[in-house]
Amino acid sequence: MTVVATSTKFKENAHEALTDARLQGAMGFSGNFVTRRAAAAARLPEFEALRDSARAIKDHTLAHLDLYLEAYEAKVRASGGEVHYAQDADEARKIIVDLCRSLGAKSVTKGKSMIAEEIGLNHALEEAGIEPFETDLGEYIIQLRGEKPSHILAPAIHLRAKDVEQEFRKAHRDLPPDRSLAEPEQLVAEARQVLRAKFLTADVGITGANFLVAETGTSVIVTNEGNGDLTQTLPEAHIVIASIEKIVPTLEDAAQLMRVLARSATGQDASVYTTLSTGPRRPEDLDGPRAYHVVILDNGRSNMLGGEFEDMLRCIRCGACMNHCPVYQAVGGHAYGWVYPGPMGAVLTPSLIGVAEGGQLPNASTFCGRCEAVCPVRIPLPGMMRHWREREFERRLSPAPLRYGLGFWAFFASRPTLYRLATALAARAMHLGGRGKGRFSWLPFAGGWTRYRDLAAPEGATFQSRWRSRSGAVQ
Amino acid sequence: MNAMAPPSGPTRKAQPRVGLFVTCLVDIIRPTVGFAAVKLLEDAGCKVVVPSQTCCGQPAYNSGDRTNSKLLARQAIDAFEDCDYVVVPSGSCGGMLIKHYPDLFVGEPDLAGRAERFAEKSYELISFLVDVMGVDKVNARYEGTVAYHDSCAGLRELGVKRQPRRLLAGVEGLTLVELNEAETCCGFGGLFATKYGELSNAIVGRKAEDIRATKADTVLAGDLGCLMNMAGKLSREGSPIKARHVAEILAGMADGPAIGEGKPEAAR
Repeated sequence: MTVVATSTKFKENAHEALTDARLQGAMGFSGNFVTRRAAAAARLPEFEALRDSARAIKDHTLAHLDLYLEAYEAKVRASGGEVHYAQDADEARKIIVDLCRSLGAKSVTKGKSMIAEEIGLNHALEEAGIEPFETDLGEYIIQLRGEKPSHILAPAIHLRAKDVEQEFRKAHRDLPPDRSLAEPEQLVAEARQVLRAKFLTADVGITGANFLVAETGTSVIVTNEGNGDLTQTLPEAHIVIASIEKIVPTLEDAAQLMRVLARSATGQDASVYTTLSTGPRRPEDLDGPRAYHVVILDNGRSNMLGGEFEDMLRCIRCGACMNHCPVYQAVGGHAYGWVYPGPMGAVLTPSLIGVAEGGQLPNASTFCGRCEAVCPVRIPLPGMMRHWREREFERRLSPAPLRYGLGFWAFFASRPTLYRLATALAARAMHLGGRGKGRFSWLPFAGGWTRYRDLAAPEGATFQSRWRSRSGAVQ
Repeated sequence: MNAMAPPSGPTRKAQPRVGLFVTCLVDIIRPTVGFAAVKLLEDAGCKVVVPSQTCCGQPAYNSGDRTNSKLLARQAIDAFEDCDYVVVPSGSCGGMLIKHYPDLFVGEPDLAGRAERFAEKSYELISFLVDVMGVDKVNARYEGTVAYHDSCAGLRELGVKRQPRRLLAGVEGLTLVELNEAETCCGFGGLFATKYGELSNAIVGRKAEDIRATKADTVLAGDLGCLMNMAGKLSREGSPIKARHVAEILAGMADGPAIGEGKPEAAR
């Protein structure tokens, strides 16, 4: 039931993505994110200082996470809510399904939550006879298609508007065939009409959380559609599902983090809706849920505390790293094969499901460093991907040809005299092999290169041999 | 901070002794870049030496092989011991010497200090010329429209961005045009280019499109790896656009064949 990973097949997945004309047609979006984020950062003179402060807030919280979790829990209880801790995905699903059953729920509405994706919540609810309805437009679309999100913010970014229209025509039985769905606004209106009915009948609303505020026991969500508000205020019960690192000490801290979150994510100064929930409906409230539960998931994160991957727990899920990643831009999110794509997924996935399952992902990076350059909390993503490669290498999980190849190369590279002779011979031979064309269109052992690109042939004698004859140097 | 600050290590001598870390790719594939670097450094008033050397160790480091990375790092640190500066015509090898060597020896006090000092005296070639030697004009001529690609490590690890543009602006006959996505990776990534050949190809395909759109006749960069990737893609697509290391242009040594080109035809 847990989400099955296909991350070990990253190369095959990437091949499929690169040869999928429909997907490639939909992937042109990324430039927008990049220019909007750059413009938003440029508009705010203190943006870089805010990134430092965001990083410091998260580091401080992680250093005292136990204390802040306890403080948060006490505040939630004091406001009439309940807190449940889940060690892993199984426990989290069981807690939520049991809660839904005890509330007699037949249907639940859901705000967007990557934690719900991580634990495979929809499937568990369906198996328990409870119907889940995604209310974020992107999540709703991929739920209809039986897909996973391909982006942590924009789950249906791999689809074009006409794919969505097709999906709606198939799923919405009452939709008159002559109604136009050509414009994005028309698609939104159509989804809104269908979802409105679900909001009004749902027994439980489940949302994620961008922040859990220890000072007040508040959960905070930011959305652009307002679906989260209807999800958490209309039903009788509201369940929040969030992971341990979502804790922040104070409302002021949450506000500071929000200043970098939306700007990094979509280039907005702030998301359209920012909603704070503190406990269930109070006697004087006009509406709101009568029950308020928070399920806090660990699922391997506490093992990252105090270790070389702790920095990853600073992540506030803005998606900037994937928006700026040349690999993500080329293959999209599904190729990564589990829940979290892009650079943050390449670091987090092996942490949560093991390097044997997720180890391909940190290898599939050019280390261009743009992810780190835009990360609002300055996570050293390439450095941590390299740490995973080191763990793999130590455990001999790296492919044998790579390990032996490196050993062979290092044998020469650590013997300068031998190296100079060997490279001088090789350069000469390859120069002649290039037969005056200056390049190879095919070369044995370099098929990964020459299948797609020509390979420049050496000019002839190596620099070092020419230099030595030029200067008559003896060393 | 890093490469932009004046040297905090050795005080600037009248004729500093500069060790050229030529890089394994330049050594084997394109010695012209090495000689262009020597000329630029000598013109700037440096005494250039070339200690016996192999590779900076980056392929091992980025493959998770710390043992061999350290072995090669120590070898390089020893080889350049008597140099005032170490200068390298590559941002990514420069990043290795300057940013990653110190990381390799964290917790090993005797070596950590040496790696730090080595890093402090190491520079990427073009930023060394501009930021340390104060070069603001080179004596060179190149007839053509060129686009400059910012190689990732040079740009993001070492802050190489304005220095090459500043020197290119002074090259007679040269028109510099900007790529739409100059700061986007070309997809080379060292061993990535062969380990993930198909993906690397997709990324460099976008880069080639961007280069063609500028109508430039030459693409320049400061890293031979990226250049071989872009040159290989452009020539496979049948494009006549040439690829050259920026040092070749600045040193006035761009008469020979461009990267991946054959012997000059009768016409040239």
